[in-house]
Amino acid sequence: MNDTPLLQVKNLSTSFPTEQGVVHAVNGISFNLDIGNTLGIVGESGSGKSVTAYSILRILTDPGRITGGEIYFKGENILNYSEKEMYDFRGKKISIIFQDPMTSLNPVYTVGNQITEAILLHTDRNKKEANERALNLLELVGVNDPQKRLKQYPHELSGGMRQRVMIAIALACEPDILIADEPTTALDVTIQAQILELMQELQKKLGMAIIMITHDLGVIAEMCNEIIVMYAGRICERGTADEIFYNPCHSYTKGLLRSLPKFTKDREKLIPISGTPIDLLNMPKGCAFAPRCKDAMQICLSELPKEIPINDFHLASCWMNVKKVYDEVKEGRKNG
Amino acid sequence: MLKYALKRILLAMVSVFVIMAIAFFSMNAIPGGPFAKEKAPEPAVQAVLEKRFNLDKPVMEQFFLYISNIFQGDFGISLKTGREISTTIFESFSISAKLGGYSILIALIMGLILGSTAALTRNKWPDQLIVFFTTLSVGMPSFVLGTLLLLVFSLILKVVPAWSIENQNYVLPIIALSLYPTAHITRLTKSSLLDVFGQDYIRTARAKGVPRIKVIVKHALRNALIPVITYIGPLTAYSLTGSMVIETIFTIGGLGTKFVTGITNQDYPMIMGTTIFLAILMVIMTLISDLLYRAVDPRISFD
Ligand SMILES: Nc1ncnc2c1ncn2[C@@H]1O[C@H](COP(=O)(O)OP(=O)(O)O)[C@@H](O)[C@H]1O
Ligand SMILES: [Mg+2]
Repeated sequence: MNDTPLLQVKNLSTSFPTEQGVVHAVNGISFNLDIGNTLGIVGESGSGKSVTAYSILRILTDPGRITGGEIYFKGENILNYSEKEMYDFRGKKISIIFQDPMTSLNPVYTVGNQITEAILLHTDRNKKEANERALNLLELVGVNDPQKRLKQYPHELSGGMRQRVMIAIALACEPDILIADEPTTALDVTIQAQILELMQELQKKLGMAIIMITHDLGVIAEMCNEIIVMYAGRICERGTADEIFYNPCHSYTKGLLRSLPKFTKDREKLIPISGTPIDLLNMPKGCAFAPRCKDAMQICLSELPKEIPINDFHLASCWMNVKKVYDEVKEGRKNG
Repeated sequence: MLKYALKRILLAMVSVFVIMAIAFFSMNAIPGGPFAKEKAPEPAVQAVLEKRFNLDKPVMEQFFLYISNIFQGDFGISLKTGREISTTIFESFSISAKLGGYSILIALIMGLILGSTAALTRNKWPDQLIVFFTTLSVGMPSFVLGTLLLLVFSLILKVVPAWSIENQNYVLPIIALSLYPTAHITRLTKSSLLDVFGQDYIRTARAKGVPRIKVIVKHALRNALIPVITYIGPLTAYSLTGSMVIETIFTIGGLGTKFVTGITNQDYPMIMGTTIFLAILMVIMTLISDLLYRAVDPRISFD
């Protein structure tokens, strides 16, 4: 058995030195992704999910810089790759689709041009073969009348169609990993379900691993083997979908779940997390969520919580769990 | 596309006709005339002259005679020199076209290069240098610049001779005429490119593994060109009017000069001829820029 994970992110930190100061978007996150698996990354908007994705492909926009950590793909640290080596990597080994299909396609080139571009870049197919492949891809992602679509411009397609085209581009070279950065956020509810279904179907067919990024826990409930919950560029909790949904151990995750209609029996109790999201320019010393946490203790403000195993499938970084263990031990002593 | 082009050409012809009508009837409405001066000729001579220039006929008939003549390339003859106006226009236009054409070409090429450079080296020294240049150029009227250039390079340094028929050196006038549009296109290209660089589809292209240079040339530049192309129309207008000033400063006998002297001489056929000629030119350039714009941006519908 080969036990190097397909993708291994170690202690990744990414920041944006701006005029107002350094924005610490991602602060030392680590996770693994195995072949064919689906990893969900959830968190409110601004928690660093997209920046994590862009870091993995090294497509950060200025002034974004990866300031620390390693990213291993099949055992090789891609942070050591030259920009030229990255050209061969992006879109071939790891592909990404974005949140807004309305703006993610180039308005002045045809759909066919934009799909074949990826094929021509990464394979030695000629133009004609690339065109055939593009046609097959459009069929694969369920675009009707693909022959006609190839010659159309993005503005002639609906949002759902465009996202399918984006998926076709991403899958053009059969990557090992597909990163989906909120692929359904900008779409109608009915289209959302279709796109998610399509992605699952394609995963079964092609066997790629998926990183599913979303701010909506509901989206990934059925899809993911493992879920990571992010806040302020850190991972606050991770585990299997069952563990995260039915045994949340971080106040932030609990808050996220409380704001989900599916997981609260009583509609009245639907409560959004109060307080404003974290100021990444001035990161607090302790837990980033502490200022908004109703259970916050003294130590939460002063010291960063470590990641503590809850069980074999579940880790959380919350002082409450330490307190719980401590209380249990104390209780045990009293009784025994 | 073809249908649209035909429609636009038809529309352009209508505008040309309207311009001819305006030029003709406003000339007619102006009081006074070339023969109504202090040294007015005798009534008999005047009658002959009026017959010669069709002035004895009803206005509407004059107008249609004039139009049909123009379509045969006949703009009438100058009241001042007696020469064929079409010949004068043709001769002087070949000079103006050189001046204006080169200026437009240089403005476009330099503007695109400088604008792209500035966008790509944002906030570094090349960008700062270019920003300095554009700020300076945009604030400087062409007649001041023309005079300065003439003073420094022709009179003091004597590196470039002043313009004359025998020694047609276009360097200084072209610089004077193209500086402003160069600066303007530079700014336009830079801001447009920076805007495009921030677009989602550029990120898509990078994520596909498209090399940086191809991202810039294929994905960014073509989109960034759209606002530059729409500027070609106004650029032509600027170059046409601007060249009247520049031609006067450098004493170049171009179309602009003919237009200006036509006005001072109350040489109506000359004024009308040059006006209509310039208007046709302007309409054609606008048409070209419009068709180009639509060719580059598929989002523009053709109806
Ligand atoms: N180009 C940039 N310049 C400055 N800050 C940025 C830039 N891109 C992202 N950030 C900051 O990084 C943080 C994380 O952003 P992002 O990863 O996009 O969040 P999300 O979880 O919603 O995808 C945000 O606070 C954002 O302001
Ligand atoms: Mg995001």
